[in-house]
Amino acid sequence: MNIPADLKYAQSHEWARLADDGLVTVGISDHAQEALGDIVFLELPQVGRKVAAGEECAVVESVKAASDIYAPIGGEVVAVNQAAADAPESVNQDAYAAWLFKLKPDNAAELDKLLDAAAYAKVAAEG
Amino acid sequence: MAKQTPLYKTHVRLGGKLVDFAGWDMPLHYGSQVEEHHQVRRDAGMFDVSHMLAIDLEGAGAHDLLHKLIANNVDKLTVPGRALYSCMLNPQGGVIDDLIVYFFRPDFYRVVVNAGTADKDFAWISQHAGSVAVKPRRDLAMIAVQGPNARAKTWAALPGSEAASTALKPFHAAWFGDALIARTGYTGEDGFELMIPAERAEATWNALLAAGVKPAGLGARDTLRLEAGMALYGQDMDEQTSPLEAGLAWTVDLAAPRDFIGKSALAGRRPEKQTLGLLLTDKGVLRAHQKVFAAQGEGEITSGTFSPSMSRSIALARLPAAVAAGDTVEVEIRDKRLKATVVKPPFVRNGKVLV
Repeated sequence: MNIPADLKYAQSHEWARLADDGLVTVGISDHAQEALGDIVFLELPQVGRKVAAGEECAVVESVKAASDIYAPIGGEVVAVNQAAADAPESVNQDAYAAWLFKLKPDNAAELDKLLDAAAYAKVAAEG
Repeated sequence: MAKQTPLYKTHVRLGGKLVDFAGWDMPLHYGSQVEEHHQVRRDAGMFDVSHMLAIDLEGAGAHDLLHKLIANNVDKLTVPGRALYSCMLNPQGGVIDDLIVYFFRPDFYRVVVNAGTADKDFAWISQHAGSVAVKPRRDLAMIAVQGPNARAKTWAALPGSEAASTALKPFHAAWFGDALIARTGYTGEDGFELMIPAERAEATWNALLAAGVKPAGLGARDTLRLEAGMALYGQDMDEQTSPLEAGLAWTVDLAAPRDFIGKSALAGRRPEKQTLGLLLTDKGVLRAHQKVFAAQGEGEITSGTFSPSMSRSIALARLPAAVAAGDTVEVEIRDKRLKATVVKPPFVRNGKVLV
């Protein structure tokens, strides 16, 4: 299972990466894309939308089913990955390259509440 | 504990992602559902459909029994091996199941029914059978080999099968030793459905694999059948649905003088709904149970998916009878209403997009 050590993870299978510019990039884990199967549609949030931690803010649809994506931390959506929306299969190909959206965090310390790679590996192993 | 087909271990060995389907452990896919879909449209794929049940009807009353039990007319079956698709109805005209019946002799037919309804079907048929022997054939495995190259690859895989089945027209079957080769399927492609003794299932599967037929799971089976405009029992119709509203009027023989269970209920009622296809013009994915808003009233999607062959979303929907192909409707997806065009199914047949 591919779970990069430098990322933070939510129980609901999103990953988050804090960059030097203070923005947090969000995507879904390799485990999540594997479980969803062939991804065919991404519904991404409006840029400018303010979200709370745990709020539904995107949808990933595979051939099988639609799956809600939750904001791992609170903040404002400052960018969405239109290239991924135009080629949803890119999430299957590399879930850590095909990010979904970027947040300007309200409080970057919220990242500390997320799981590290080792803790997420246990969550993923359970399903 | 879920039931397992004779090919269960083969699916595990091939890396199939197994899921519960109607109480059976069945492969959803073996890696990529979309690739398996394309494999069937472009070349040849195979499905384990051994969870479905073959039921043999033997005895002097077999013909009369089917006359009474199914909505299509078995009198259409005059050549041995001829197959017929039909619904089996309850007295209210609802669909107990959809099935394929194979004719061998007036005193010998085989029906193949869905996995999820097999027990109920067997009980219903037995209840009406009188002196006809009703034999469930769990000793058989069933493999559907589908795609433009399916027949040629089956012939390459199974020595002697070509001579037995080369003359078969669509919806005809022939014996190949103790196996039955039927030119039928549920994908909109050419191909065979093979019914073979369970103990030979694995060897047959492996021979097909060696001939270049790739395994495909239930996921691809669903997108293929939906593109082909074929109804799925439990989703597009059930015991509360009239076949006349489920797009299956072509399978109901109301014209002939014979009576059958459900006939009077259907004959006395004008359908208020109809089943047509939807093509999503906006981006998104149509799914079962989404609401449809037409100028003539509301409807509901019964099956929806992303079509790998068309790279857009398609659906079957139950719509008001006045809606016509070419109309634009709106579908409620989450908090939005997206536009879709009404079309007459099928969407795809024999590798070609038709809408």
